[in-house]
Amino acid sequence: MAEELKLFRSWSSPYALRVVHALKIKGLEFETVVEDLKNKSASLLEYNPTYKKVPILVHKGRPICESLVILEYIDETWKQSPLLPQNPYDRAMARFWAKFGEDKVFPSIWSVFVSQGKDQEGAMAQAAGNLKYLEEQLKGKKFFGGESIGYLDIAFGWMANLISILEEIADLKLIDAETFPCLSAWMNNFADDPVIKECWPPRDKMIEKFKAMREPYLKQGA
Amino acid sequence: MGDEVKLHGTWFSPFVTRVQIVLKLKGVEYEYVEEDLKNKSPLLLKINPIYEKVPVLIHNGNPIVESLIVIEYIDEAFSGPSILPKDPYERSKARFWTKFLDDKGMPPLWKACWSKGEEREKAKEEALESLKILENEIKGKKFFGGNKIGILDVTADFFAYGIPILEELTKIKLLTEDEFPCLLKWVTNYCNDPFVKEYFPVDDPLAKEYFPPKGPLSASYKVGLHQSPPHKHAFYGAAFLESQNRRPKYISDIPE
Repeated sequence: MAEELKLFRSWSSPYALRVVHALKIKGLEFETVVEDLKNKSASLLEYNPTYKKVPILVHKGRPICESLVILEYIDETWKQSPLLPQNPYDRAMARFWAKFGEDKVFPSIWSVFVSQGKDQEGAMAQAAGNLKYLEEQLKGKKFFGGESIGYLDIAFGWMANLISILEEIADLKLIDAETFPCLSAWMNNFADDPVIKECWPPRDKMIEKFKAMREPYLKQGA
Repeated sequence: MGDEVKLHGTWFSPFVTRVQIVLKLKGVEYEYVEEDLKNKSPLLLKINPIYEKVPVLIHNGNPIVESLIVIEYIDEAFSGPSILPKDPYERSKARFWTKFLDDKGMPPLWKACWSKGEEREKAKEEALESLKILENEIKGKKFFGGNKIGILDVTADFFAYGIPILEELTKIKLLTEDEFPCLLKWVTNYCNDPFVKEYFPVDDPLAKEYFPPKGPLSASYKVGLHQSPPHKHAFYGAAFLESQNRRPKYISDIPE
């Protein structure tokens, strides 16, 4: 039975991947519209006039924007394979850590990627500090969600894909198995999941893209 | 013995205010703990080690932080009237717009007050952009929540009484009748709502009484505004009046 689901995304957006992962875990069929962000479609602009960004999930003609908001919508609309915990306090914690990921973890890792020299050293220390919190959250667990992938795993899923790409380009190690055993194991477990594995964007294209994104910062620093 | 609920906050923080309004809407009794952010208590640093900010809600010993997360928690953990809509699509819209307010609505407003020159002009433009989007959202509605106050109205609480204050302090006019007739109407409706009125016992929210009279407070906010970086708390301290009529009534009415 078609649920009339359409996902507007770009080929590489980690935010869009969150939605793809959630839809696949729930076993939902959906149509994909890949947007060229340098040439946004009229539909994109109509469905997300506020931010003009992807991902956008359109369900029965009604758009939902902002990836974490979309995740909650998916979880509330389709009850199978719940993504968020049932208990209100655990739900609040999951939302908190997801926000921490957006506010602190991603920006600090990006800083490491685009900085050099002493700045990069400082950025590494800050990123490591943030990652330690995640390491603690994972102690004794296979996934943030427990035994199976949940909301917080999906929220941090970008790490399982992107970290090694950034490490390769910048020739550094952000998450090593010795300092972050739980996080390293989590990244492998997440990436190995059959539902997740089939969604990764092509690695060589990603390397090309992020190398190009790093260029202007390197020139600035030179 | 029932639930033990504590809220750590500061009396001038709009993020704390919105949680207080929600607790009241839900009918939850709680103890309020005033924090001094210039001199953070060891307890605050313990219950919110990552952000060291308020509000922090502690429910039966469990701390929850980040105001919008706290609000959703209150809605889910306590019985009483729903704060968020029940329908998933309406909930997604509520979450989208409250996030918009915090990401794109408030920050340019602060920046427009405290920055100078080109940065201030840029912030003012951004603030106006966000206000235009909000103007569009409120068109044809009494409240963002429809006929009654909803989560978005509560989240936008600061816009109702804060913008006029900022306009006076900075001499920048943001909410003009020409461009924002619907938002201005919302401000009046919101401030006159019996629930909000009871919470903020001020007759005319746009009146000059929000402004400190000439005297020591005026000096402190002038100093605060021109410090580099500007001292936020000097601004708040002056703008929101240290006088009793701006303090929540129940600081002295802590329930047993």
